[in-house]
Amino acid sequence: MTKPLSIRNITAHYGRTLVLEDLSLEVAEGELVSLLGASGCGKTTTLRLVAGFLQPTSGAITLGGRDLTRLPAHQRDIGLVFQNYALFPHLSVADNVGFGLKQRNVTGDARTKRVNAMLERVGLDHLADRLPAALSGGQKQRVALARALVIEPPLLMFDEPLSNLDAKLRVDMRVEIRQLQRANGTTSVYVTHDQEEAFSISDRVAIMHAGRIMQLDTPENLYQRPANAFVARFVGFENLIPMKVVARDGALVTAEAAGGVRLSFGLEQFGEIPDDFVLACRADGLTVTDNLAVEGIPATLGLRTYLGRAYQYQCDTAAGALVANGPLSRVLQPGSAAKLVPVPEQCTILKPE
Amino acid sequence: MPTKLHPALIGFTVLVFIFLVGPLIIVVGAAVSDTSYLTFPPHGLSLRWFENIFAIDAFRRTILTSLQVAVLATFVALLIGIPASYALNRYRIQLPGWLSTLFVLPVLVPELVLGFSLLKNVAYQFNAPIFLSLVVGHTILILPYVIRVISASLASFDFSVEEAAISLGSPPLKTFFTILLPNVRSGVIAAFILAFITSINDVSISIFLTGPGLSTLPIQLLAHMEQFFDPTVASVSVLLMVLTVAVMAIVERTLGLTFLAK
Ligand SMILES: Nc1ncnc2c1ncn2[C@@H]1O[C@H](COP(=O)(O)OP(=O)(O)O)[C@@H](O)[C@H]1O
Ligand SMILES: [Mg+2]
Repeated sequence: MTKPLSIRNITAHYGRTLVLEDLSLEVAEGELVSLLGASGCGKTTTLRLVAGFLQPTSGAITLGGRDLTRLPAHQRDIGLVFQNYALFPHLSVADNVGFGLKQRNVTGDARTKRVNAMLERVGLDHLADRLPAALSGGQKQRVALARALVIEPPLLMFDEPLSNLDAKLRVDMRVEIRQLQRANGTTSVYVTHDQEEAFSISDRVAIMHAGRIMQLDTPENLYQRPANAFVARFVGFENLIPMKVVARDGALVTAEAAGGVRLSFGLEQFGEIPDDFVLACRADGLTVTDNLAVEGIPATLGLRTYLGRAYQYQCDTAAGALVANGPLSRVLQPGSAAKLVPVPEQCTILKPE
Repeated sequence: MPTKLHPALIGFTVLVFIFLVGPLIIVVGAAVSDTSYLTFPPHGLSLRWFENIFAIDAFRRTILTSLQVAVLATFVALLIGIPASYALNRYRIQLPGWLSTLFVLPVLVPELVLGFSLLKNVAYQFNAPIFLSLVVGHTILILPYVIRVISASLASFDFSVEEAAISLGSPPLKTFFTILLPNVRSGVIAAFILAFITSINDVSISIFLTGPGLSTLPIQLLAHMEQFFDPTVASVSVLLMVLTVAVMAIVERTLGLTFLAK
């Protein structure tokens, strides 16, 4: 029933404007992959290509080995959930959910039974006769979900399905979506611009930028080991410090940042270190200390803010402006001198751009 | 405390009302007058001038022609207007902005000019039969209204609903009929009624296109007036009014008259 999706070297244009450039994406059977990126980066366009509402300039799309590229949209058999629900305004909840079955010539009792079972699964069996206009946002999205699931499609696609809901409901609904998707084992592509949402429900996440996938990986890897500066910034690495290796001594590498700041790195912690690299660390991975004897980046402290778990300092250094956290046990004053010490477990090394 | 209306405002409102409704009252009054000439207030009360409409052969024939032309032109205009409005709204981003203006441009051309140019270029050029010329002329006259009204109801239609239907396995053409049309039904009805009324009341285009043997009711009314000054003129006007009001009442019942203000 469920099938793997393969998007190969897709390029797409709107008129003359290039929107997607040589995009490839493999989604395994039963896997949920999110497309995550800022508005306008091409997420919806990708879904529309797979759904058949847009033709790629080049490239191929296959679902379980079947070539979809030239197939009309209504023959693709894909479950779609839209941001604005896109329910049929003139049809009842039950008729909305039954619409896909009707197209598949499932009639009479068989249809009623499947519709009712589906409505029960999304907790809407008591609203079967309502019109969409008389539903809340959350209920509408449940109907949309039921409508897409009831046809048991080999592929489900979601386009920012939760962004019109309020914060609390968003969290509940995403868990619900993930549970339904898991239970059916349906291959899914999920589009969102919300990082937490993408990371919390996906097997893998593709971080997109300007029509390209910058990195496709598990949420854990993306969060801890971004592959490039763009992804690093995207997942919250505030400090990206360009460095140059000046000495290699066995397992110990010494590198220099702008302004002559030197730091040493253990190969067993960072793996390979190229001659030119970028040290990436979050504020949490850069500890502020007033012990000026330790190895670290000399800094003058600026504004201090309270985070609850730590103090955060805006720091002025020879390697540029950095953000670092210091322990609650030690309150340091703006203007005082300090050292910023990278925490190896929370830092990562990137190739320069 | 309810705000008190200024007496001058009340007076002005009454004046406007009289200005609007006065002529109607006079026409109705004249139509039921038991005299052989047009007069108001009516002397006596009689329906014989209504009977007279149907007694005069030319009126009987032109009422029929007017109805046929109105129905046909309305259907043709809808047949062209619905897909055109759909395309204009569905592909709004892809289409140049002036295109939708182009479709409503005929509204800006004085109807007399439109009628004259149709006479010269369609009726004479192709030696088209009068009836056909009338249907074509009225279709051109009412098409902009049809497109305007249906576009107004399509403007609030979310086209992703259509894509949802297609993704669920409904072919595009079927989707148009099962999903799109039911959702713009009120717009289509409003367009139908507006088009019908415009056609059946039209003088300025028809006057160029009618000819010997075939005329429409308003044109026959004008012709009749030139020879006779009896209350038939008033009773035909009342008949047209009743027809119009009946049709408007249906509009009011289906979606209100607010669309006219758009
Ligand atoms: N119908 C369209 N015509 C022209 N350009 C479009 C159209 N739809 C989207 N675009 C452009 O294509 C790019 C990608 O859009 P989209 O895929 O909708 O982004 P996202 O869903 O990631 O926000 C954007 O720059 C957008 O402006
Ligand atoms: Mg989008």
